Amino acid sequence: MLYSLSLYISLTIFFLGLLYKVSTWFRYSIGIEGSGISTSGRLLAAAHGIVTTLLSRKILTLFRVFILDVLLQARTFREDFYRWLMHMFIYGGFMLLLLMHALSKFTTAVLFSDYYSTLNPFLFLRDFGALAVILGLFLAMFRRHFRKGWRPATNAMDLYALLILAIIMTSGILLEGAKTVSPSAFQGMVQEYLTQPDEEEIRALSSYWVEEYGAVVPHLKGPFDSKTLEEGRKIHEINCMQCHSNPKWGFAGYAVSRIMKPVAEELDQAGLPSLLWHMHFLASFIGLALIPFSKMFHIFASPLSLMVNAVMDRSTSAPANIATKQIIELDACTHCGTCTLRCSVAVVFGEIPNVNILPSEKIASLKALASGRNLSSDQIQIIQQGLFLCTNCNRCTPVCPVGIELRDLWASTRERLLQKSLPESMLLSPLSLYRGLTRELIDQTQYRIPLDLTKKALTSCYSQTEERNPSLPHGLGEQALFSTLKASIQANSFSLCYGCTTCSNSCPVVRNYGKPGDVVGLMPHQLMHAIALRQWDMIFESMMLWYCLGCYQCQENCPQKVQIADILYELKNVAVSRIDKKSP
Amino acid sequence: MGPGQYTGSTQAVLSDLGIGFLSLKEFGCCGYPLRNFHFKAYLLASVRNLAVAEKNSLSLITMCNCCFGSLKLAEHFMKKDERLRKEFNTTLAKEGLHYEGGMEPKHVLQVLHDDIGIERLRANIRQTFRGLKLAVHYGCHILRPSEIVHFDHPFTPTKFDRLVSLTGADSVPWSSKLDCCGSPLTGINDDLSMDLTEKKLRNAKGAGADYLCVSCPYCFTQFGRVQNMILSQRGSDVSLPPILYSQLLGLCLGLKPQDLRLEMNALPVNGIFRFLSEN
Repeated sequence: MLYSLSLYISLTIFFLGLLYKVSTWFRYSIGIEGSGISTSGRLLAAAHGIVTTLLSRKILTLFRVFILDVLLQARTFREDFYRWLMHMFIYGGFMLLLLMHALSKFTTAVLFSDYYSTLNPFLFLRDFGALAVILGLFLAMFRRHFRKGWRPATNAMDLYALLILAIIMTSGILLEGAKTVSPSAFQGMVQEYLTQPDEEEIRALSSYWVEEYGAVVPHLKGPFDSKTLEEGRKIHEINCMQCHSNPKWGFAGYAVSRIMKPVAEELDQAGLPSLLWHMHFLASFIGLALIPFSKMFHIFASPLSLMVNAVMDRSTSAPANIATKQIIELDACTHCGTCTLRCSVAVVFGEIPNVNILPSEKIASLKALASGRNLSSDQIQIIQQGLFLCTNCNRCTPVCPVGIELRDLWASTRERLLQKSLPESMLLSPLSLYRGLTRELIDQTQYRIPLDLTKKALTSCYSQTEERNPSLPHGLGEQALFSTLKASIQANSFSLCYGCTTCSNSCPVVRNYGKPGDVVGLMPHQLMHAIALRQWDMIFESMMLWYCLGCYQCQENCPQKVQIADILYELKNVAVSRIDKKSP
Repeated sequence: MGPGQYTGSTQAVLSDLGIGFLSLKEFGCCGYPLRNFHFKAYLLASVRNLAVAEKNSLSLITMCNCCFGSLKLAEHFMKKDERLRKEFNTTLAKEGLHYEGGMEPKHVLQVLHDDIGIERLRANIRQTFRGLKLAVHYGCHILRPSEIVHFDHPFTPTKFDRLVSLTGADSVPWSSKLDCCGSPLTGINDDLSMDLTEKKLRNAKGAGADYLCVSCPYCFTQFGRVQNMILSQRGSDVSLPPILYSQLLGLCLGLKPQDLRLEMNALPVNGIFRFLSEN
């Protein structure tokens, strides 16, 4: 009763969840490709894409990817053998149990007319599968918690996945052990399968089972004489053997049963087998119901991501399908952390503690954004910073075991986020090179807006603050900032400047303009002078800071060895820290 | 997908010259793009790479001027600022890394010019260019700040020119030779960036150059992909394709064009073969 009820509830939640998740693939959008395309448009594009792919040679690619990357996990194997082994244990064992044991009614029982879960090879394979999963779980926990050096970050979802699998597997093994030594289970079988037995027959069979099958029968203890055992064996061969192999083949459960044996009767009376049975199926049904809402959803989304990415291309696929694919990719991520391990800039997390810098952690934030959750502008700015702090080196994409086109995902989502009109100081750094080189992929009307917005935010970082004294428009400015520069390792040489203008004359940016002051504001030599006079308004309003190439012509040419380029860098850092104060 | 033209051609040349090297996947970004944004994050990224090389007891070679400048600056600060070194080491310890100090990061041009030497290179050359005029572009961070990088004389450098002359090509004199390529402003102020690039291209072309010879991936991208944008968007009439020094030298060593990834260059350099002749 409870079994069927919970099964149907679980199945209902599972299927509704599945439907809901699949609907989000067409309803949500996270990158620039998806804006302005309706759900029905996305569905139509997907249907068209699927049909044309299946009717083309690409179907061979799909087949190859399914075998190599989905079934054999070739991508993981290439990148990290240890992780491949760990996942193969869990995934191989799990699939074996799912197909052979959990779904036996539809699979093994149909394929094998004489199927019984207690019969070899099924009895052995069941324990083999469970042990493989448990071994894999141990490797996973070890990898996450005990390995020296770099470790993947673990979140609640990772723990849930490990825990639910551990509960299902251990409850199953314990149940098997408890049933092996359960007197009532044995009596039940005797009553069910023996036709009109007399006392003597039951005694002989029981003796045989206690001796050979590790069963526990009240008041029946060995040693038994060989005649009784021979008699028991005959009864066993007639009545039991065709559906019950020796429980020793279920080695894990049998080992557990040896530990339980001394207290088997008490455990049986306390209802342990029944308790474990409930635990086992309830945990399995909870796991099933939560698949669409947990990390376990990768069972569906990851193979899809691998296959879809094998036949799609950013430059040729329909934007609607790219948008759909990106949402599938978010579901496909298993938070394995391989991308973060290979990330070129992950190291800066040590100085800028924003988890969104790490590619594996960006995904969670993107999921929140995609779902349309209400995020404060501070939260959005933090995600934006993480997305921009990326060199687009593309080391993450080739190593992703589920084939997510990570670099494209970052580029597309950061461009979409810029439409929220929050300044992004990293736009004014060489990290923008990629954006500049790929500008044909960006809506040309959108290209300049965030740049201008950020320039405005940075150039007004001082003049719009409270510490500025409005009664002294050209008076001495903030002393604290002056002290910071004096104390800075790269900026303390400005006081050596005697205003010879060699720096400005050697600056290729200054030389590019007829009236440079109109474009760049203060030129390098003027900036040095302005620092000495603490004219922060004029300094930070000068575009010279942001148009500085960092080519060091000024510094190399300076007769006074003023570290002009270094000072400009320091001023830029100050401006950035002023507008990024919200950063964690 | 094999290595790109920077890695591909550099590795092909080093292998041919018998230089043993490893490409460690533990290496990360040098931090250069972060310098505008956060000085310490920038420095930490470079120090981490120094630590990775130190851990593997290897000398560190880079083909990029910006990496070179950053790594040299990082080493300079680690020598000068004991407190900062300790702070970084605490951070790096989480990854099982530590930087003791004293690494000497090298640019590939340094390895070729200073370590292998012109004469030994010459002995390996199978074919040379005749009548080819090249505008040598040093790039900024290999020369400046000279107090930190110590590659060559900051105003009258000759090492790169000598390396080019070795291939038989003529290094033409041009006035904006030591100026910036414009790359740092691509994506920030494209007009200004293109102005600077276009000026250099005109200047080099005016000096009679057939091609630009560069050694830094940033400069190479600027003179390749951005030059393409200049040609298409600005209707510029000056086209001057860049070639990487590793590609140029590789051809003289008798390496195959496909091993040097010449086909990956944004602007074709096929015309260069007509200058090439057996020794």
